[in-house]
Amino acid sequence: MDALTSERQETARASGVYLPAAGLFALAFLAFLALALTDDRGFAIHMSVMMLAFAAGGVAWLARYRNLPDGSFILPDAGPGYVDSVIRAGAIATVFWAVVGLLAGVWIAAQLAFPVLNLGFEYTSFGRLRPLHTSAVIFAFGGNALIATSFYVVQRTCRARLFAPGLAWFVFWGYQLFIVLAASGYVLGITQSREYAEPEWYVDLWLTIVWVAYFIVFLGTIVRRREPHIYVANWFYLAFIVTIAMLHIVNNLAMPVGLSTKSYSLFAGVQDALTQWWYGHNAVGFFLTAGFLGMMYYFVPKQANRPVYSYRLSIVHFWSLIFLYIWAGPHHLHYTALPDWAQTLGMAFSVVLWMPSWGGMINGLMTLEGAWDKIRTDPIIRMFVAAVAFYGMSTFEGPVMSIKAVNSLSHYTDWTVGHVHSGALGWVGMISFGAMYFMVPRLWGRARLYSLRLVNWHFWLAMAGIALYTASMWVAGIMQGLMWREYNAEGFLVWSFAEVVAAMHPYYVIRLLGGLLYLSGAAILAWNIVQTIRGRVRDEAPLDAGPVHVPGRDVPLGPGARGAQPVAAE
Amino acid sequence: MSEPQRSGVGPRVAGNTTATTTGHEWDGIEEYNNPLPRWWLFILVATIVWAVVFTIAYPAWPGLNASTGGALGWSSRGRLADQMAAVEASRAESLRRIAETPITELPANPELMRLAVAGGASAFKVHCVQCHGAGAAGGPGYPNLNDDDWLWGGDMESLYVTLQHGIRAPGYDETRISQMPAFGRDGLLDRAQVRDVVEHVRAISGQEHDARRAVRGAAIFAEQCASCHGDEGRGNRDLGAPNLTDAIWLYGGDRESLTNTIWSARNGVMPGWSQRLDDVTIRKLAAYVHSLGGGE
Repeated sequence: MDALTSERQETARASGVYLPAAGLFALAFLAFLALALTDDRGFAIHMSVMMLAFAAGGVAWLARYRNLPDGSFILPDAGPGYVDSVIRAGAIATVFWAVVGLLAGVWIAAQLAFPVLNLGFEYTSFGRLRPLHTSAVIFAFGGNALIATSFYVVQRTCRARLFAPGLAWFVFWGYQLFIVLAASGYVLGITQSREYAEPEWYVDLWLTIVWVAYFIVFLGTIVRRREPHIYVANWFYLAFIVTIAMLHIVNNLAMPVGLSTKSYSLFAGVQDALTQWWYGHNAVGFFLTAGFLGMMYYFVPKQANRPVYSYRLSIVHFWSLIFLYIWAGPHHLHYTALPDWAQTLGMAFSVVLWMPSWGGMINGLMTLEGAWDKIRTDPIIRMFVAAVAFYGMSTFEGPVMSIKAVNSLSHYTDWTVGHVHSGALGWVGMISFGAMYFMVPRLWGRARLYSLRLVNWHFWLAMAGIALYTASMWVAGIMQGLMWREYNAEGFLVWSFAEVVAAMHPYYVIRLLGGLLYLSGAAILAWNIVQTIRGRVRDEAPLDAGPVHVPGRDVPLGPGARGAQPVAAE
Repeated sequence: MSEPQRSGVGPRVAGNTTATTTGHEWDGIEEYNNPLPRWWLFILVATIVWAVVFTIAYPAWPGLNASTGGALGWSSRGRLADQMAAVEASRAESLRRIAETPITELPANPELMRLAVAGGASAFKVHCVQCHGAGAAGGPGYPNLNDDDWLWGGDMESLYVTLQHGIRAPGYDETRISQMPAFGRDGLLDRAQVRDVVEHVRAISGQEHDARRAVRGAAIFAEQCASCHGDEGRGNRDLGAPNLTDAIWLYGGDRESLTNTIWSARNGVMPGWSQRLDDVTIRKLAAYVHSLGGGE
């Protein structure tokens, strides 16, 4: 511990304090100017929000520092341990947005079954709430989970403190601002109409700034590492951060119509569609797959307390996944105006992607070899195993659905919705919930979770919810596809569109029930996390809590310790 | 025994195999040096080989001006054209016979009628369900096509003409036209008179009514309405005037609906389908509507 305690108290120069604050105040002033000059109501609302947020950010930034007599400032978030404050905020945001996003999902599922729930207002119509749901679960819940866990994992696997903690706080709050702007924009009818890239140009610009800051914090921490090698989880997190930046910028290239909420894409026609689905598919590939694989590669071996199954497999599947995924987007545009050659390539790369995707599943599941009994005893391990199993199922189903003959049946049906949700609820949701159950007691210095029995309840409610959701959507989607294409003996189509919609009703109700079960599991998660943070411990029959946390070991290595021996036991 | 002790490079038991770790360790996490699973590598190579063959067989690799055409000569447009040609060829004979058979003689030919009804049902689901409903049961303002209450006639010929030319189709001279005046709005009748006529219509349609008003309304009806709806209110198909004595209402037989109808008139619209569909499809639609139960 000597190396750590001998570090001098970290201080900041005045410029390091005042320049970022000045930058935020300048942004607030720019937002004020835009507010003054626009005659677009939605734009004015958003500029007001941004102006207030930037000004509040500037004040909050200055409030973090305490003056020293020599003119310098005490650096907040300093100290010998890891920078966990921003991760604590991220964990709370993750749980909050999980409940919000799932609630929005349940609401629009209910609207599909019972259209009267659109309530007759444009603000509450399905068309506006649907992107609210998708963005809330993918970017708000998933994004916060990724940012929080990446900060947690990169510090621990590099044995180094987070680079630029102030910038990390900027990433956290900047990202929440992005979420609020995106979500409020959807309800107000502000959209680019690009799936998963709905926010308009000024929100896109803001996210770009936040994302670059995120990249700097993450890469800076890796550069500072005290370990000789970069752990596999960080490869995946870095691939996620870099590729999302590229996808986000290219897909959102657009010309705004003055100071307004309207812009025109740089691309037109089928090029526009292909750019959008190059983005859309790789949002799945690099946000929902690579990012969460990074999560898996840390939390699964940690909770199982077992070595990762195969280093070699992790290298081969990482690079093959990264190389292949980026080409698979055209399979979203089978049987459209997209030229045949692009459709063929999209399908070919999607099918080859099968094994590279499964490499992650193998490494996740086989890491439990020799510890399979923990699935019975440790509810968090059970959650991870279910997540990896759903990852495997979805990444098999995806290549199957990319085959044109299958796609001609599945495309535009609820089969696609079922596929997405087996990945989202099963893989992304469960791996994130497991990571929260792992991190939260450690972040707040609690001996254990409030209740492992409640984790068990969460697990089974989520499983039942996923089963109802995916099974109903598979049946509904295949039925829908078959009805659309059914010809009678005389050679004429049999069903009208409205009749197919009517036939879906019972499945929409079952899907709604599945969503309610999954949401109730998330509500239990929220309760469990809140109680854990409050330091409560539920009086219950014990379950296997996994490896015991030793706070003395959960610290960075001192300077000059790169490649050195690990900290000796206390 | 909380965290694994760093063991360095050395034999560790991983399931049934004896594997060594790589010697690295991150926050207590080690990695085995297991080889790639055989089956995994085999399937990966197999999919790559398949992808090469597939991209040779089908249009795949982009060039400067065009992509490779694919060894099979396949294209999605070509496949669509083939499939459409096959469907059209299979239907061509029956469509030709439907087109050549006078519309009134179609019901006499059961085989041809069956084909026409099947095709008409399909066309109905695309073009007609928006107003008349998937079961052709209609709704307020849109006639029910399953019953035998017809505004313009329910025989094959009348249905065919109605479908071809529509009803009050805007900007279309051949459309079926009839126009009930907006008696209240245009000042032909005052409020009390409209209420009297409403009571008379309720009387002739067998509903509960105010007898004194109905008597006054009968006189107004004879003067203002009978020319189209007939002295007894039984309607006139030549003018598209509905029968007011049955229990079937297009816009409703309650006092409020009747008052609105008489005050403002309704004058619903149906497109003239000869402007949008080919003649055989219209014939098939006539056959389908005729087959629904009310055909005459």
